[in-house]
Amino acid sequence: MSKMKKTLAVLLASSALLAAAPAVQAQANDQFVSLLSYRVGPYGNNGISLFGGWIDYMNLVNAKGGVNGVKLSWEECETEYNNARGVECYERLKGKSPTKGTMIHPVSTGISYSLLDKTLADKVPLVMIGYGRTDAIDGRYFPYAFPLVTTYQMQASAMLKFIAQRDGKKETADLKGKKIAFVYHDSAFGKEPIEVLRAEAGLNKFELVEIPVAHPGIEQTAQWQQVRQHKPDYVIFWGWGAMNSAGLQAAQKVGFPREKMIGVWWSGAEEDTVPAGPGAKGYIAANFGVTGKDVPVIKEIMKTVYGSGKGNMKDQSKVGSVLHARGVLHGIITVEAIRTAQAKFGKRVMTGEEIQWGLEHLKIDQKRLAELGAAGMMPDTTVTCSDHEGSGRVMFQQWDGTKWNKISEYIEGNRKLVRQLLDASAKKYAEEKKITPRDCAAVDAGAPAKAAAKKK
Amino acid sequence: MAFFFEVLIGGLLSGVMYSLVALGFVLIYKASGVFNFAQGAMVYFAALTFAGIIDMGVPIPLAFLGAFVVMIALGVATERIVLRPLVNQPQITLFMATIGLTFFVEGLAQIAWGASTRRIDLGIQDEPIPWILDNMNMVVSSFDLTAAAIAGVLVAVLAAFFQYTKIGRALRAVADDHQAALSIGIPLQHIWGIIWSVAGFVALVAGMLWGARNGAQFALTFVALKALPVLILGGFTSVLGAIVGGLIIGSTEKLAEVFIGPMVGGGIENWFPYVLALFFLLVRPEGLFGEKHIDRV
Repeated sequence: MSKMKKTLAVLLASSALLAAAPAVQAQANDQFVSLLSYRVGPYGNNGISLFGGWIDYMNLVNAKGGVNGVKLSWEECETEYNNARGVECYERLKGKSPTKGTMIHPVSTGISYSLLDKTLADKVPLVMIGYGRTDAIDGRYFPYAFPLVTTYQMQASAMLKFIAQRDGKKETADLKGKKIAFVYHDSAFGKEPIEVLRAEAGLNKFELVEIPVAHPGIEQTAQWQQVRQHKPDYVIFWGWGAMNSAGLQAAQKVGFPREKMIGVWWSGAEEDTVPAGPGAKGYIAANFGVTGKDVPVIKEIMKTVYGSGKGNMKDQSKVGSVLHARGVLHGIITVEAIRTAQAKFGKRVMTGEEIQWGLEHLKIDQKRLAELGAAGMMPDTTVTCSDHEGSGRVMFQQWDGTKWNKISEYIEGNRKLVRQLLDASAKKYAEEKKITPRDCAAVDAGAPAKAAAKKK
Repeated sequence: MAFFFEVLIGGLLSGVMYSLVALGFVLIYKASGVFNFAQGAMVYFAALTFAGIIDMGVPIPLAFLGAFVVMIALGVATERIVLRPLVNQPQITLFMATIGLTFFVEGLAQIAWGASTRRIDLGIQDEPIPWILDNMNMVVSSFDLTAAAIAGVLVAVLAAFFQYTKIGRALRAVADDHQAALSIGIPLQHIWGIIWSVAGFVALVAGMLWGARNGAQFALTFVALKALPVLILGGFTSVLGAIVGGLIIGSTEKLAEVFIGPMVGGGIENWFPYVLALFFLLVRPEGLFGEKHIDRV
């Protein structure tokens, strides 16, 4: 056997041994959290900061004694933002603890759809913060799915109100006669707000021009030439990953003012603007709230977590960035749901059903956020059985060439219109699946958590 | 009418960017008859390496040189570890090996430089040229024109290299018949090492320009998908074909997206070039400039 073949044989044997090594099992007295992460592949650039922030917060909670004495443990499984891998990861991590992973954040709209039925059957809450299946805000039909904080539809509606306000007006109705282009990722994620935008255009008499961008969106010359052709007053930009920086560069290329470009909150991070260089200056995007190294909880993470060498981010300059802060919010919401459930069921490890109750009674207001050092990082959120969204508000930030600056207070979209559309969609889903709706009035009044929807 | 020409020119210039990627495929196919599935991954690896070296504070020319050295090392290692043991194996075996190489190179790039997007600033503005905008009401980007000029120089250099140098002639001989080339004393492995290094250089130029526009990021691996219809149309063995194919694909896909897209809901530019390429396959299977393959029975 040649030397090279021997080396290869040793490498292969070592790999096989590593693969066969038993995985670390979560401790029974830990609250185990499954993390379906993506740190490599097409969206790895975004995942690094988001999952870094989330783990940093959980490390901070553990450093302070855990959640009422219950330590958090977690394991990451790399999905590469791929649906099939997401399902595989869910199944793999489910067996790691009796709680089946506490709650699942797929951090992908596609994986959310793939896991909807499975999580319901396993009684594991499916938490989608700012993405996912949005008609699941109707808890009557979706007891275990929580599209928390603000849905895409409410965000799109709020963007229109923001545009009106930016033009010195007050309401979306003031957009009458304007032209708005919707440049979007041609996928389920990008198409999610189209219905509400069309409804708003019909109601408020403005013209909507829809311009899809095929995945992955690294070449957008044709789309931005269409923007130039239509001469819209504003562009609503709905991108993810590589599409964002490419879109900003393409806008610069055709001379469309970045100050008239309003991005969805998955298009408004440093990961999107820094690669675009000067092309991003002036660009506006939605966000959950304030970010940056001056936020007290970020300062605490730097001091306690990074100070003790447990920080998750290799590049510490990104600590406190938009996506890192969003990861911290994922941690905060996870921990607060556990804490809420513990207040009812006792200070111990919570099951999926108990966490479902915790999520359905979650209340995070600015007072609580201030106690956590996170005031202003997200809007007040109160979840109920009939409202699995909890807020519906969004703020806006602008890139000044080096950092994001908050430029608006929280804005709420047309709740009545959005709810009407989402309720119709939820009802249609329930009819297809033959789901009997829960009595949310009874649940909100304090009925037992077991009052979940059952199939006929 | 000005808008039509604006879209046409924009498409032609985008096509040049596709051609840059297609050139890498052509070089390897010419020398070894292998369709190198890893070319997109090589573009990503090269861009990330170039950006990573710049981020260390190295000036752009030196970073380019450093990245080129790394690409040569990758090319030579590919020849030694992947291709040499597969000499005289069926083409499909070599093709499968390049699929494996794709995933390895993608992983290697992320292990070496991380998965974060890195900015590449070449100092060329991607903005409309004011004179053309003011006088002709057309948007033509200065960056696109520069990229086209670089692609033109690259093609001229490669064409001269193939036509007039001893190595170029040896490359053509190897492309024609491995065993015959070996029998007259042409060192096959040496030639393959050179051609993979040249393909690495082309990947570096493509990665540098695509990276300057979009950032050095994983999505650059997808530019290979843009190059495929270019190859089908231009022919797998022609450097000139890669350029002409790129121009045709770039212009038609943009014209189709802007003028036909709105009638069918848009988003057609990803598949339209493939339809066009399939049509060409039906009427001219070897592509516009490809060599017609004739077997003596």
